[in-house]
Amino acid sequence: MYRYDEFDETLVRERAKQFRGQVERRLKGELKEEHFKPLRLQNGVYLQLHAYMLRVAIPYGQLNAKKMRQLAMIADVYDKGYAHFTTRQNVQYNWIKLADMPDVLDVLADVEMHAIQTSGNCIRNVTSDHLAGANLDEIEDPRPWCEIIRQWSTFHPEFSSLPRKFKIAVTAGETDRAAVRVHDIGLHMKKNADGKVGFEFIVGGGLGRTPFVGPTVREWVAKEDLLSYLEANMRVYNRHGRRDNKYKARIKILVSELGLEEYKRQVEEEFAAQNTWEKVVLPQEEIDRITAYFAPPKFETLPAVSAAFEAFKSASREQARWAKNNLRPHRTPGYTSVHIALKQQGEAPGDATSDQMRAMADIGERYGLDDIRVAHEQDVVLAHVRLDDVPAVYAALKAAGLHASNAGLGSDIIACPGLDYCNLSNARSISVANEIQAVFADPEFEDDVGTLHVNVSGCINACGHHHVGHIGILGVDKKGEEFYQVLFGGRADEKATIAAIQGPGLKHEEVAPAIRRVIDTYLSLRRDGGEKFIDTMSRVGQAPFKEALYAAA
Amino acid sequence: MPLLKDGKVAEDVWAPVEDGAELPASGPVLVSLARFKTEHGSLLAGNHSVGVKLANSDDPAEIAAWLDRISLVVLDFPKYTDGRALSQSQLLRRRHGYKGEIRATGQVLRDQLRLMIRSGFDAMVIDEADAEAIYDISAHEFSEFYQSAADTSDTIFVKRQRARQSKAAE
Repeated sequence: MYRYDEFDETLVRERAKQFRGQVERRLKGELKEEHFKPLRLQNGVYLQLHAYMLRVAIPYGQLNAKKMRQLAMIADVYDKGYAHFTTRQNVQYNWIKLADMPDVLDVLADVEMHAIQTSGNCIRNVTSDHLAGANLDEIEDPRPWCEIIRQWSTFHPEFSSLPRKFKIAVTAGETDRAAVRVHDIGLHMKKNADGKVGFEFIVGGGLGRTPFVGPTVREWVAKEDLLSYLEANMRVYNRHGRRDNKYKARIKILVSELGLEEYKRQVEEEFAAQNTWEKVVLPQEEIDRITAYFAPPKFETLPAVSAAFEAFKSASREQARWAKNNLRPHRTPGYTSVHIALKQQGEAPGDATSDQMRAMADIGERYGLDDIRVAHEQDVVLAHVRLDDVPAVYAALKAAGLHASNAGLGSDIIACPGLDYCNLSNARSISVANEIQAVFADPEFEDDVGTLHVNVSGCINACGHHHVGHIGILGVDKKGEEFYQVLFGGRADEKATIAAIQGPGLKHEEVAPAIRRVIDTYLSLRRDGGEKFIDTMSRVGQAPFKEALYAAA
Repeated sequence: MPLLKDGKVAEDVWAPVEDGAELPASGPVLVSLARFKTEHGSLLAGNHSVGVKLANSDDPAEIAAWLDRISLVVLDFPKYTDGRALSQSQLLRRRHGYKGEIRATGQVLRDQLRLMIRSGFDAMVIDEADAEAIYDISAHEFSEFYQSAADTSDTIFVKRQRARQSKAAE
């Protein structure tokens, strides 16, 4: 993974010192909350229902054991012994005191981490494919480009007071595991007709109140033009994005109000007008330097089939099930990627205790070439594990209570913190997610249902990504009572689709039984040969599922 | 409110002139973009230094043709969260090669001075009693930058390249 040099280190230390000064001014009353707010927000500090929340950046989700242990230490010393991994591959703490925040930034800096631009109207943490460098289908590793974007966007002098927050995601796989079509800018690495690798620019996607699947603004941008073309997009947005209404301020609204052709024209005009000294061109040596940090680790030459792994699968149904659901194919024979689902029945999705974090650090260090990642499904991934080591990895995960076998299945639910923590929320998310998880409590039933993405948001801000769930759940408040609208047919992959609202909201206790009826409908309609829920739905339409949803009423 | 020029408190010699109001006989005058557009001929021919105040929705390209004869451009931050003037300033300096004063007015907060300076501002009106001291702290809180901008600081990328080259030369 990328290692800081003296310059990166200085910048992060100076930031910690600056924030310490800002917090001191706030605590002394020299700084009003009104003026402190944009400062703390640019550093990931939110004021939540009960306390301040700190969001720590995990650039493109990449961790190692040392960083994970430090995150666990912070959970113990400054929080209540746990942390929450997010859909943007970051980590959040819900109970840190404002006075302690500067110390937390210092200990983060000790392990080359920070909270820079994890909130506020600036360019946020760049996200990517959690299987980068391991998966079967990518054109090249996207992470060096994520790191380049991270550096370029850090304290960008021009783009620090944008109309609204700005999220960039990069993927290089045929399968899009980074949801690039629902980001402000999604970059999909592709070859042009000459076989050169560059970036498809997808601009103006997003979820929230007004969901859009982003359109392609340019099919291919050369690597040497990446940052200059990003600047052209950012400048058009900074100058012309709406600032009169925060709900219409994201770039998706600008693109949709201007129309794709006019937006494209403005960006191309700005790009063409850049003087040579305005171009952001990194020397090839610098690109090589950053890329070298992501060189493939030294894999052993191993047979594709591991006797130990085969024996592990045959030993119990439980183990076979975990292997089937939680392992992903790796490009190197004898290796696999392990999905650690932070989705135990009855737990808040994405939460891990400090002990579990240390366990993941130990396992990743010992068996995973010290490569640990956060996935946008709020899970943790060990990208490079020898098949021979899978039995030991499983045993260690099980000892830590991290062996949920549901990756990608019905109970692997994405959910926001909801009304239990969030002051924007209208309804509880975690409890309704837990009740839906219980629908899939029987492993045989859950396996039979197969791939299913259920996403739960507690309000229309859509932090639980309900618009791109195969089944989306949206909490709404009606005269002080929680109701839940159900959406069908969303997806965040390369076939990105915004889910459709089915009708009136259900009461909290009605949601799980209704989902069960929807699942039963799927089981009765699906074609033989394991047709997936989402494929059955797109083949037969949503009507029978809607009927099942409201059948009890 | 104190006016800072290159970090030092300075006297504001510019007389703002309303649209339609008569120009003073001499001395620097500050006019709106609308007035400048209709009267630039006589303004620039007269006995005045000329400054132009842009709204943050204005396009700096509208004054690009006369920038070598304009001595002040005033850019506005109606709210501290509205960063449009940062793009305007970058455009004036880097796209159009403007060398005169760029002054920030409106909600100018100490924690944004560094961004303004890097984007090309060399003057600001700031509501702080000890403005020079505050400028000194804010302007120097960071010693490293990734982006090339309108100021002259070497970027981290330039420093890295220089280090590589001197290593190669050894």
